[in-house]
Amino acid sequence: MLNIKTKNRLLIFLTISLLSIVLITFVFKTLEDNVLYFYSPSDIDQNEKIKLNKNIRIGGMVKNGSVKTEKNEIKFIVTDYKKEIIVSYKGTVPALFAEGKGVVAEGKLQDKKFFLAKRILAKHDETYMPPEMKESLKENVK
Amino acid sequence: MLSNLGIIFSSVAFFVSLALIYLSLAELKISNNIISQKIYKISLVQLIFSILSFFVLLLGYIFSDFSMINVFENSHTTKPLFYKISGTWGNHEGSLLLWINILVLFSFLFLFLNKNKNRNFKIYTLIFQNLLITGFLIFLLTNSNPFSPIFPVPNEGMGLNPILQDPALAIHPPLLYVGFVGSSIYFSAALAALVSKVEAKSLATSIKPWVSISWFFQTTGILVGSIWAYYELGWGGYWFWDPVENSSLMPWLLMTALLHSVLVLERKIGLYSWVIVLSILTFTMSVVGTFLVRSGILNSVHTFANDPSRGLFILIFLILMVFSSIFIFFKYAPIEKKNYALFSKEFFILINNWFMVFFLAVVLIGTLYPIFLDTLIGQKISVGPPYYNFILAPFLIPLLFLMTSGPRHSWISSEIKKIFNIILVLSLSLFLIVFFLIKESSLIINLILLFSIYLIVQTFFDFYENFKNKSINLSRIVSHFGFGLLIFFISINHIFSIENNFNAKLGDNKKIEDYNIKFKNLEVLQKKNYKSVIGHFEIINNEKLIKENLKPEIRVYNQPETITYEASIKSGLLSDTYLTMSNISDTDIFNIKFQKKPFMNFIWLSVLLISIGGILNFLKKRIT
Repeated sequence: MLNIKTKNRLLIFLTISLLSIVLITFVFKTLEDNVLYFYSPSDIDQNEKIKLNKNIRIGGMVKNGSVKTEKNEIKFIVTDYKKEIIVSYKGTVPALFAEGKGVVAEGKLQDKKFFLAKRILAKHDETYMPPEMKESLKENVK
Repeated sequence: MLSNLGIIFSSVAFFVSLALIYLSLAELKISNNIISQKIYKISLVQLIFSILSFFVLLLGYIFSDFSMINVFENSHTTKPLFYKISGTWGNHEGSLLLWINILVLFSFLFLFLNKNKNRNFKIYTLIFQNLLITGFLIFLLTNSNPFSPIFPVPNEGMGLNPILQDPALAIHPPLLYVGFVGSSIYFSAALAALVSKVEAKSLATSIKPWVSISWFFQTTGILVGSIWAYYELGWGGYWFWDPVENSSLMPWLLMTALLHSVLVLERKIGLYSWVIVLSILTFTMSVVGTFLVRSGILNSVHTFANDPSRGLFILIFLILMVFSSIFIFFKYAPIEKKNYALFSKEFFILINNWFMVFFLAVVLIGTLYPIFLDTLIGQKISVGPPYYNFILAPFLIPLLFLMTSGPRHSWISSEIKKIFNIILVLSLSLFLIVFFLIKESSLIINLILLFSIYLIVQTFFDFYENFKNKSINLSRIVSHFGFGLLIFFISINHIFSIENNFNAKLGDNKKIEDYNIKFKNLEVLQKKNYKSVIGHFEIINNEKLIKENLKPEIRVYNQPETITYEASIKSGLLSDTYLTMSNISDTDIFNIKFQKKPFMNFIWLSVLLISIGGILNFLKKRIT
């Protein structure tokens, strides 16, 4: 029925499409496993589905007067003016970390009120704020 | 005063560009063999005025003329001269002016240096390039004018963020812009080739030097940015898969693909449409990168203050650019002649291109996915480095293998030059030595190490062999050798990096693996524009009994008031010792980050080798 040339073409076409499908599935599967979800303290309070053993990002303002440097760790409170969460962190903080300023922390939730951070994100610009934080704060300040 | 002058100069540049387009269009109607002198002269005038307008801004920065908002917002009288100068392009408006200057410079150089006989091809290239120039000039004059005046004139500027006061960051943007914007000239040339129906070889020879040179600058720009991130951000990493880094990597991947496929086109074997598609995509990707960085839709570490109207302009420009390119491409779609055999050199180059496109897709998906998810369902996410590492690592293995074997095939036929079995044996034994030294258990990392060694050894022999035969293709050998080294050292670095975070008071002693870290002294100094708190640390390697002194520093700048943490890095041949210190609540407890980073200097050196290959390719005698 089909001559050899068309048959060959069909074969090449099928291999390429199959390969692309496999690759795309692989890429998106990996993507799904490695995304970091961003939550505000209120999100964490309301959302029941947040898993404790998964890395996430939380963000908000560092509450005034809440930063404490202890023997082994730094503790501070992240607030979105509605709910608060205690963050514990070991290591150096980025230069623009300060009380009353915005912060994004990456790590795992211990429970609804306690967050163990692995990384505090640097923001280079003092007037800059991550878009996701701006939004979540805007809603709460009203 | 300077403000008015700047506006006048850049407006003149704008009108000259319009005139250039008009005259070029008129020129097309005249049948003549040479381009009239008029075009050359006007092109020179355009170059002079755009350089003048940049010069005005530069003067504004050097003499701290705060009557321009841009200078007021980004400079300060007490800033060292070097950073006053680099401040010119350290902000959105100034960098846009630099961007336009490079567009104009490349347009000018292409017109003057290109020996291409096809007159219409050159004129069309000029037209397309000037359409880009006018587009960006409109953006500059209407939305992001660096010369906007401010009244009343302030006495003092707001200062440049101290993190940006750094030699690496001063040269990083210009390097990257030459790479990014350099791709505009083959974007224009590709469209011009379609319209003027230029033959394959002619197109290849006219764009090849520009591809090599922009690729060289892009590679070096990425390298310098990476070095800056390493010592200035204080995280001890050199690549974070940050969206901004990604947006410089994506055009680089396309340029790399283009760099290879142009070789096929040059030999009239095929890939005419593909080269054109790649040329168009590369510049498009550069503009996409700019859009992502400047519009503020991405959460990243970069500094440009964001303004949605900028993003909107770039987006509209981008859409116009893409759709007109697609229209031109399909209207003038070339007929392709294919005559390549399986397992010939061009077959391997095509595979290289597939790899680059795949890598591009992976990076693009990782960068854009958060935006899509946010707009579609409002979920905020970010994509972390594990995604990229996990996907890209396995694909490095076949890539390394193909980089080793591909270049050993001949053009057109499937004939293979004799494979040196000795190379395979040598690589395997070298790998076994490495394996027993490091005892790494991960299969993928071991395979990556094996194939990178294979590539290193092979290119080493290639060099020797070609040197004997005097027919040296140095650029390929140097770049591939550099890439093999890069992957090898990144893997080793990945396995042996040590990182530890702890808090310490003055006098404390901390033991981490084989290292003893002692907080010996604390020193406070008052410098010209900042206060400095320096910690003196002694790090003793218990195994080798080596003692190192590191002095991480906390700086409190006054203009603008900013704190920075300066990492202290002892860079050795085999390993870097990296220490950062911070203090947040004015207590006597400091936060310390200690890192050992093996082979950092070799990583930088490998990337330098890769980029040197680009320059060698640029300097190489053209095939005539």
